[in-house]
Amino acid sequence: MITLLLILTPLVAGLIAFVLKQGNSAKTFALLASIATLAIALVAVFTTGEIGYDAAWLNNLGSRITLKADGMAKMLSLLTAVSFPLIFTAVYNNEYKNAASFYGLMLLSQAGLMGVFLASDALLFYFFWELALIPVYFLCSIWGGEKRIAVTFKFFVYTFIGSLLMLIGLLFMYFNTADQSFSLQSFYAVKLTAQQETIMFWLFFIAFAIKMPIFPFHTWQPDAYEQSPTATTMVMSGIMVKMGVFAVIRWILPMFPNAAAQSANLVIILSIIGMIYASLIAIRQDDIKRMIAYSSIAHIGLMSAAMFTNNQTAMDGVMIQMFSHGVNVIGLWIIADLIEKQLGTRNMSQLGGLAQKAPVMAILLVIMALANVALPLTNAFIGEFLMFNGLFQYNMVMAAIAGISIILAAVYTLNMVQRVIYGELNVITEKATDIPLNVKLALVIITLLVLVFGVFPQPLLNLTGDSVSALFVKK
Amino acid sequence: MNAIIFSAILGVVMMFTGIFTDKKPVITLTAIISLIVLLTVNLLNSYGLFSIQIDTKDLLHFNKLGLFFNTLMIAATLIFVLLSGSEIEKISNKTADFYALIFFVLCGTAILTSYNGMLMLFLGIEILSIPLYILTGSDKHNLKSNEASLKYFLMGSFTTGIMLMGIALLYGATGTFGMASVGTGALPPSSGVQGPAFLQVAGLLLLFAAMCFKVSAAPFHFWTPDVYDGAPSVFTSFMATIVKAAGFFAFIKLFASNASLLGPTWNILLSFVIIATLLAGNITAVFQRSIKRMLAYSSIAQVGFMLFALYSNNDLGTEGILLYTVAYSLATIGFFAILMKVKDYTFDGFNGLGTTQPVLAFVATICLLSLAGIPLTAGFFAKYYMLASVVKAGGPLWMVIVAVLFAAISAYYYFKVIQAMYFKEGQPETTEITGGFKFGLLLVAAAIVLVGVLPSIVLNCFYF
Repeated sequence: MITLLLILTPLVAGLIAFVLKQGNSAKTFALLASIATLAIALVAVFTTGEIGYDAAWLNNLGSRITLKADGMAKMLSLLTAVSFPLIFTAVYNNEYKNAASFYGLMLLSQAGLMGVFLASDALLFYFFWELALIPVYFLCSIWGGEKRIAVTFKFFVYTFIGSLLMLIGLLFMYFNTADQSFSLQSFYAVKLTAQQETIMFWLFFIAFAIKMPIFPFHTWQPDAYEQSPTATTMVMSGIMVKMGVFAVIRWILPMFPNAAAQSANLVIILSIIGMIYASLIAIRQDDIKRMIAYSSIAHIGLMSAAMFTNNQTAMDGVMIQMFSHGVNVIGLWIIADLIEKQLGTRNMSQLGGLAQKAPVMAILLVIMALANVALPLTNAFIGEFLMFNGLFQYNMVMAAIAGISIILAAVYTLNMVQRVIYGELNVITEKATDIPLNVKLALVIITLLVLVFGVFPQPLLNLTGDSVSALFVKK
Repeated sequence: MNAIIFSAILGVVMMFTGIFTDKKPVITLTAIISLIVLLTVNLLNSYGLFSIQIDTKDLLHFNKLGLFFNTLMIAATLIFVLLSGSEIEKISNKTADFYALIFFVLCGTAILTSYNGMLMLFLGIEILSIPLYILTGSDKHNLKSNEASLKYFLMGSFTTGIMLMGIALLYGATGTFGMASVGTGALPPSSGVQGPAFLQVAGLLLLFAAMCFKVSAAPFHFWTPDVYDGAPSVFTSFMATIVKAAGFFAFIKLFASNASLLGPTWNILLSFVIIATLLAGNITAVFQRSIKRMLAYSSIAQVGFMLFALYSNNDLGTEGILLYTVAYSLATIGFFAILMKVKDYTFDGFNGLGTTQPVLAFVATICLLSLAGIPLTAGFFAKYYMLASVVKAGGPLWMVIVAVLFAAISAYYYFKVIQAMYFKEGQPETTEITGGFKFGLLLVAAAIVLVGVLPSIVLNCFYF
């Protein structure tokens, strides 16, 4: 029942938000609804053991509304539930035209995300996978930047092709299940020939790789992040990319262990290429948003490499990093949005000296930046350390090459910090004021999360421990 | 039998209403009532409560599937008239005649859903087609409408010739017009030929070409864009949905039992047609500037998907074609109803509709999402069943992958309309829109979403 509520609360709230009068009532309502969802998510997290929900849906298709929350699903629902109130708080002062529709769509996408993480039925999973996509498509296209229409359409077509390929995979698996059912357990039990398994692996993997995105399927991402309204960018980079990582762990690795092991080298190499390549591009960026976008590709690359090492430590790292990266990147976006809203530019070359005008923001930005570099004592360090550990055990050379990206991350992140908040004030940055209360609130919460989980990550590891060990016991 | 008799009678009734009254709303109302009567008698027939029995010497065979399909067609026509009846009134003062022709088309549909022999197939197709030639040209002061009508008539007649030739060859080979005997390849023992006779194969291939023409499958689709574009929009909507679906039903029924005669060639032939149809429809639709023409090409593309039911030839395919008909008809009728209210048919003509007419834009979006096959709309399950039936039948995976890639392309041109409505600025001119019309549209949208969440609603009606 709790799991159902996690989906229904944002879904119903989203539909109600559409009919609310424009303006303030919608955003207050959305904020309250997201806090309610957070409360439910906390209840779910503190409920021990697997919780679930099951109801009949499409009997003649063998599909049921089955929701299950194991540790990983709980952790990602928590991430989703934490992120939305933070996002709504941070953008509380932003004026959106047709605010009611904006918040309605945001909440609908939250429902979709929750569904993806909780669904334990393949067809239901597919439904939610799309439900998360469609609102984001509209959000970006209506409220985005100048080139929004072309850019978000590219994003849409990319992910739509991926989803359709996955649909074929789902169908094929369905007809090979013993009991003609879409349930996760039946899918796990399917026995395929080696060749079939490889084909299925790629049908699913391309869909998920596009979502993450992994090199060479990443080209939609920087443009989409840049052009979307920042609130949506936070959803996309903070949570939506985790859909891809999550889906690989939940669906691909247990269903196609042999094909995954066979293709592991290729996937890891692609991921590492993506890491280095994205980091190098990030160094050259002048636009803060684009820099964060490329840095995000690099971080996801490490997660995808670590997933395929078939190493329990690395998998623990992926789990922690999914949460940490989601929180940290949202923090970075909030600051990027703040700078743009205040000064009208995101170009580092036009910024400088903000530390003098906005000391609190400067401190918070430095903390976010350090978390992005994965410095010890920040939450990202634990995850990256575990993942590199696993990668090192898999292949030393690959780990060494991937390690370069840590140095590169320091280069581009610290460079950004330097150019934005230090140096001389200029005509543009003269106007800067320190951060408003609502943004401060959101950022302080994020900072707390960064530091608390940086020092004391054990609760997260305990939470996802059952999912990880289940993954390795099966083999 | 009910539907055939009543649609013919009601057609004649409609003709006479034109004599008694000039008031167009009255005529439309009569048509709506007549359609409800027709729907009722057909439903009574399908539940076995009341049916007129006539000995047709087994030329017609009524089964549950056919009757259910008939119900769907009549219901679709009813929705079509309810939403777009006012547009029929605008074409000219021959409103009553147009409705009469629509009833005759439904008569043809009823025959096509129950035929049990080549003769009845031919009669059904002709009764269906001839009113359409007239309806296409009904806007007689419009040159494009005239051209479309003539083109349709000439090509349609030519196809009829091909079809008759095919039937004749089959008759020559088997000595009967019946359906079953065609499939078994009952050759006279004296011939001494093993396997299907040359005549039979040739006859079937000719029939195949003719049916491809009727449902506008490539490479016999070239008439479709011009005819759909030239015909008054309201009749385009009718042709693209009800007529096409009826033709499709006949197509599947004919080849479901006979395809085995062609052996492995059949699969190769059909996959060629499917891929060609998907290719021609989707690629050309991308480049259209007029939404009406885009819909014409997209309707070709949809046929490509519907043909999967023929390819797989299993129960999932049958269920799929029912769902596809419902999903596609609802979305197309709904979208055409909106299109007719907008004065400019180009994509730019829809710019800003989301702001000026939020209800219209919203329903149009649902219809387009359904046509594109996005989950939570009826169109998703339509496509889902089609793909599933092929996978189940062990069809080649590459064909399914190609089909979904084309589905992604189709999202491109459907979403172009959504982009115009919501993401671009403009002041689209629309004709007057009543509250009742909006309400009807919202009902259509609700139906699309409902079937999209619980497709079993439609299928349970069928199995009930």
